[in-house]
Amino acid sequence: MSTSFQPDERGFYGPFGGAYIPEMLIPNIENLRNNYLRIINSESFRKDFKNLLEDYAGRPSPLYHAGRLSEHYGCNIWLKREDLNHTGSHKINNTIGQILLANEMGKKRIIAETGAGQHGVATATVCALMGLDCIVYMGETDMERQAPNVARMKMLGADVRPAMSGSRTLKDATNEALRDWIANPLDTFYLIGSVVGPHPYPDLVARLQSVISGEIQWQMRNKTGNSNPDYVVACVGGGSNAAGSFYHFLNEPDVKLIGAEASGEGLTSGKTAASIAMGETGVIHGSMTYLMQTDDGQITEPYSISAGLDYPGIGPLHSWLSKTGRAKYLSVTDQEALDAALLLTRKEGIIPALESAHALAALDQLELKSEENVVVTVSGRGDKDMKTYMERFNLK
Amino acid sequence: MEKLKSLLKRKKDLLSVYFTAGFPDIESTTKVLKSLEKAGVDFVEIGMPYSDPLADGPVIQNSSTRALKNGMSLKKLFEQLSSISAEISIPMILMGYLNPVLKFGVGEFVEQCKTNNISGLILPDLPYETYMDEYQELFTKNGISNIFLITPQTPEERVRKLDKASTSFIYMVSSAAVTGARDGLSPQQIEYFERINDMELTNPRMVGFGISNHQTFSDVCLHAHGAIVGSAFIKHLEQSGDDEEGIINFIKGLKG
Repeated sequence: MSTSFQPDERGFYGPFGGAYIPEMLIPNIENLRNNYLRIINSESFRKDFKNLLEDYAGRPSPLYHAGRLSEHYGCNIWLKREDLNHTGSHKINNTIGQILLANEMGKKRIIAETGAGQHGVATATVCALMGLDCIVYMGETDMERQAPNVARMKMLGADVRPAMSGSRTLKDATNEALRDWIANPLDTFYLIGSVVGPHPYPDLVARLQSVISGEIQWQMRNKTGNSNPDYVVACVGGGSNAAGSFYHFLNEPDVKLIGAEASGEGLTSGKTAASIAMGETGVIHGSMTYLMQTDDGQITEPYSISAGLDYPGIGPLHSWLSKTGRAKYLSVTDQEALDAALLLTRKEGIIPALESAHALAALDQLELKSEENVVVTVSGRGDKDMKTYMERFNLK
Repeated sequence: MEKLKSLLKRKKDLLSVYFTAGFPDIESTTKVLKSLEKAGVDFVEIGMPYSDPLADGPVIQNSSTRALKNGMSLKKLFEQLSSISAEISIPMILMGYLNPVLKFGVGEFVEQCKTNNISGLILPDLPYETYMDEYQELFTKNGISNIFLITPQTPEERVRKLDKASTSFIYMVSSAAVTGARDGLSPQQIEYFERINDMELTNPRMVGFGISNHQTFSDVCLHAHGAIVGSAFIKHLEQSGDDEEGIINFIKGLKG
């Protein structure tokens, strides 16, 4: 029997996933669990989702043959250009889907967590589009390092609330969003930004993001005659763009799936966010998964130069893909990501987000052959990271 | 578990107090425990501090952060409890989150609970379904009562299911919120308490979340078996420290 990469009815991928949540959240999660598949598989949802993805977000995103980068690596590098989406990243795929779901479920108040601010901006955008109230929780540290995105959210009408606990990053923002949901169970929809959290969120977000791999398939077929590339490479924080990039290839064993984790200043430096390399099984934000923790089971403060990857856990699907060997997860340091960002910029004229730069840097760790086709998902654009790039590349 | 059950059977208007182990100082655990017993509290909930307490408001979050900074851990807590559990006669419950327990090892954890006379556990992020599948047998065998929460949003059918799986009391969350103080009882809350009373459940209910003074305590006792005070007591410890007399006076104020 082949291994299943779909969750069982209680949301488990092998030993990972589930819904480890306080009783206060059970009615909301059950309501979502009982309705999400019916709604997202309905004809009207699919039609609305497709229309908005095409006419509003600008899909399909191009699959671009990066000629000079291909020459550099001596193989065929294809860039899946999620950076060209409206709002600048893959996050809009998920927020469009979930806002349609929230509408269908009659919820009027939308809450979200954000790390780099990309999911916050994508949420604030669809809330403006639908005329819904939007509250975004963001770690105070992230608000400082991603100031342009804070301003964008505010301009879009969102109420951006700083998370002041812990390291004041994505983990803490997620805690605050869950607390808000506990306190506002009736009118509120929690629009989660990644393939993390209690079931059914990991499955819901993976399905909505799977538009990425669905497009890669037909784009590869049109361009090369074969819908399967040799590799699909994506960065992993919580893991939504990677889940979306891998999804249609999960049962295509010829396609090697590579996730790039942020190892920060190095795996053993104590300043890292590489949950698969350094984590152990435990519960974070309602899900059983690999997470970085102390010997006493306290969750460790993560670190990465990239706010979007600065998370001590990882979506349960990725833990399962790693454990089964279906996908391989590589560690990329801050410096390697910066180098890769500069390389892409100079070779192709594309400034990637720091998150996506981790996926590009992973190419250095692969033994690529000349005839191979390698798809790299450029999950977002680098505009939000210009402050970091200015400092690190002396651009002032 | 038997000690807790017989207390619930023979006495009404129970007052239970929550405090975070290792707060305000690492050695406060035993001192606070003794003082609460002396003050006449009916039973206690000892909080096992956690880095990411999802169901807690800022007061308990901050106490947990400080306790962890003080060096509190499950290992340390069990050491403290073993030094004092013979002196404590009121039932003790441990309250905390699943991950540190998993890391400690569930079997070893339950063993330690039994050794240290722990009557029950409140693990808010251990869902009913997982408990029934994986833990019920182990807990029951070791005389540990697992305490389930219900909220105003819990459907009747699920309340009945949780009642059936309960072996001491049901923790009735007073309203949709994380832990922390609120002003008085609303008509909706009273309606919720009475709705649950009318269900004639097997297990008594203790009301927690938002019980902060004598008024809320005595109001809640009109509709339930007793009340649990947490954040208000943590605030007291934050402001006045773990001094015995201060704790006795605080509890006196609550009971009126």
